[in-house]
Amino acid sequence: MTQPHDGAQPVEGGLVAEVEQMTEEQRAEHFAEVAEVVAPDRDIAVDVGQTLLRLQDVTVRFGGLVALDSVSFGIRRGEILGLIGPNGAGKTTCFNAMTGVYRPSSGQVLLEDKPLGKANRHVITQRGIARTFQNIRLFGEMTALENVVVGADARHKTSVLGALLRLPRHHREERQAVDRAMALLEFVGIADRAAEKAKNLPYGYQRRLEIARALATEPKLLCLDEPAAGFNPAEKEELMGLIRTIRDDGYTVLLIEHDMKLVMGVTDRIVVLEFGKKIAEGLPAEIRENPAVIAAYLGVPDDDVA
Amino acid sequence: MTTHKTPARPSIRERWNSLSRPAQWGILIPLVVLIYFLPWLNPPLLATTGTDFPTAMFDVARYALVAVGLNVVVGQAGLLDLGYVGFFAVGAYVAALFTSPSSSLSKLPYIWTLPLAMAITMIFGVILGTPTLRLRGDYLAIVTLGFGEIIRLIADNVGPLRGQSGFEAVGSDAAGKPFLANAGLWYVLTVTVIIAVLLLVGNLERSRVGRAWVAIREDEDAAEIMGVATYKFKIWAFVIGAAIGGLSGALYAGKLGFVNNQSFDVVTSMLFLAAVVLGGAGNKVGVLLGAVVVAYLPLRFVQIAEYNYLIFGIALIVLMIFRPQGLLGARQRLLARGRQAYQRLLGKGEQISGDSALAAEPTPGGKA
Repeated sequence: MTQPHDGAQPVEGGLVAEVEQMTEEQRAEHFAEVAEVVAPDRDIAVDVGQTLLRLQDVTVRFGGLVALDSVSFGIRRGEILGLIGPNGAGKTTCFNAMTGVYRPSSGQVLLEDKPLGKANRHVITQRGIARTFQNIRLFGEMTALENVVVGADARHKTSVLGALLRLPRHHREERQAVDRAMALLEFVGIADRAAEKAKNLPYGYQRRLEIARALATEPKLLCLDEPAAGFNPAEKEELMGLIRTIRDDGYTVLLIEHDMKLVMGVTDRIVVLEFGKKIAEGLPAEIRENPAVIAAYLGVPDDDVA
Repeated sequence: MTTHKTPARPSIRERWNSLSRPAQWGILIPLVVLIYFLPWLNPPLLATTGTDFPTAMFDVARYALVAVGLNVVVGQAGLLDLGYVGFFAVGAYVAALFTSPSSSLSKLPYIWTLPLAMAITMIFGVILGTPTLRLRGDYLAIVTLGFGEIIRLIADNVGPLRGQSGFEAVGSDAAGKPFLANAGLWYVLTVTVIIAVLLLVGNLERSRVGRAWVAIREDEDAAEIMGVATYKFKIWAFVIGAAIGGLSGALYAGKLGFVNNQSFDVVTSMLFLAAVVLGGAGNKVGVLLGAVVVAYLPLRFVQIAEYNYLIFGIALIVLMIFRPQGLLGARQRLLARGRQAYQRLLGKGEQISGDSALAAEPTPGGKA
């Protein structure tokens, strides 16, 4: 075992304390470095606006219940797409159909024009779709850092034999994974609790940790399932900032959210579901004015009814 | 094996973690040397009355090796395996078939049967794992229980395996000389094997393999969605666990010099599992401790050996009420460079915050 730290700076208070003592400029520089590690392969600049993921007439049936009824829409590279709808509209089912948790009863999901078909869930992740969960599902007994490294492992190739004998690839991947995971923890703002077990983290930290873990899989599309559930307005504001930064770093984001203010404020386009059907798709301003959406989701103003 | 005391508070572990590497070695090396010489020291309080002390120590070591192997399956990957004795039996029979004069197969030097036993039990691990690891939880437990029984019944009923009459002079060479002269040497060999296995399993633990196992144990669906090839890694856990079980079986056969169908029943499987659960599934030091308790106490206190299972049963129930995570709770280091990473990030070593039962702060809204 080598001694910790490569000698650039003494490990007085560690990185977290160091950042706190930086001047504004140093801090900006530091976070630029962090962003570089967080999103190493940003290919957004070349083909923003191309369709990344497309749902084609996706239907999901559970016995007699039709949870999704031939839903079609596309997600464009580099955008934040909001997926909204009243409770039970099929938002999470839609998520699950995309990430391989359910197989569509008919229709298909295409990632970069190639159908996901019967690919296993972990293969779908490796092809570039990552998600968070509505009800947080972290690996509770692992530390925050270890949770994120599990995400990074999705891209690793070390074999069991390689790990057993600690071959060079294992060392290289471990080093890179830990560096990246620490950068991601800093990026989502929870680096100070990196060594704590996930289950002992405060609720807001757990939500952010889920995002960091999903980002660690280097996704092309990041799906966030109600990431702001249970947040107070200030925390929601912060989260909106984080989601925008993620998009600016080259990720495409699909966002399920109940909070109208958050959805309208952060998304580029919105798809509205009701009873498993798509009832509207468009810019936030259009959605706000759309009578079908207002009736279904935002509620019909009393004076209109009269 | 190691004589770590059960920590009343997590502070012992914290103190251990805060020691520098050289200091940790400074404690570990003398401890290991002491463990190696135990059979010859024959300490007055520890000495066993019914069995001679080196033989008792070998039995403890054999259980410890089994516990380390079973811990990979049950503790790390969280796959409840009730038929682990099946792998142990396969290992023992491989050693017997290739060394005993009663067997019609061509003979090999005993030492070669150790890797061979591992290889063959690994094949059995794949055969058992491939169809069954699609099952989860209780269903998997029942199927593995069945596997253990199948192996036992094969040993009972298949002619060439010689049922109760068994194989004699297992591990002896052509001249009839046993592989090792006395139980003390067998103990030394087994302890050496345990240390090697611990190092290798530790390497796996601090890699993507170990992380995949723990992720599967924690939440299999979430693990798969995060890109863990769950099925593949579950098979690996089974195969590696099987290899260690088989190795232990082969050592047991060599030491005893005799193998028949009598020592591979379900109760033995339960004792193996008890060692893991008692010590703390998912904690290597814990399961070693559990194995020492399960194997050593009945040999030391022969007066109560009849009530063995009664006492274990009660002890397990009491333990599950007051300390469900076992004597030492699950704790694994899953990063090859974790120590440096945490140090760089926080300016201090890894802090072990709130171990399961002792967690001070509940998760606010955790699983809502």
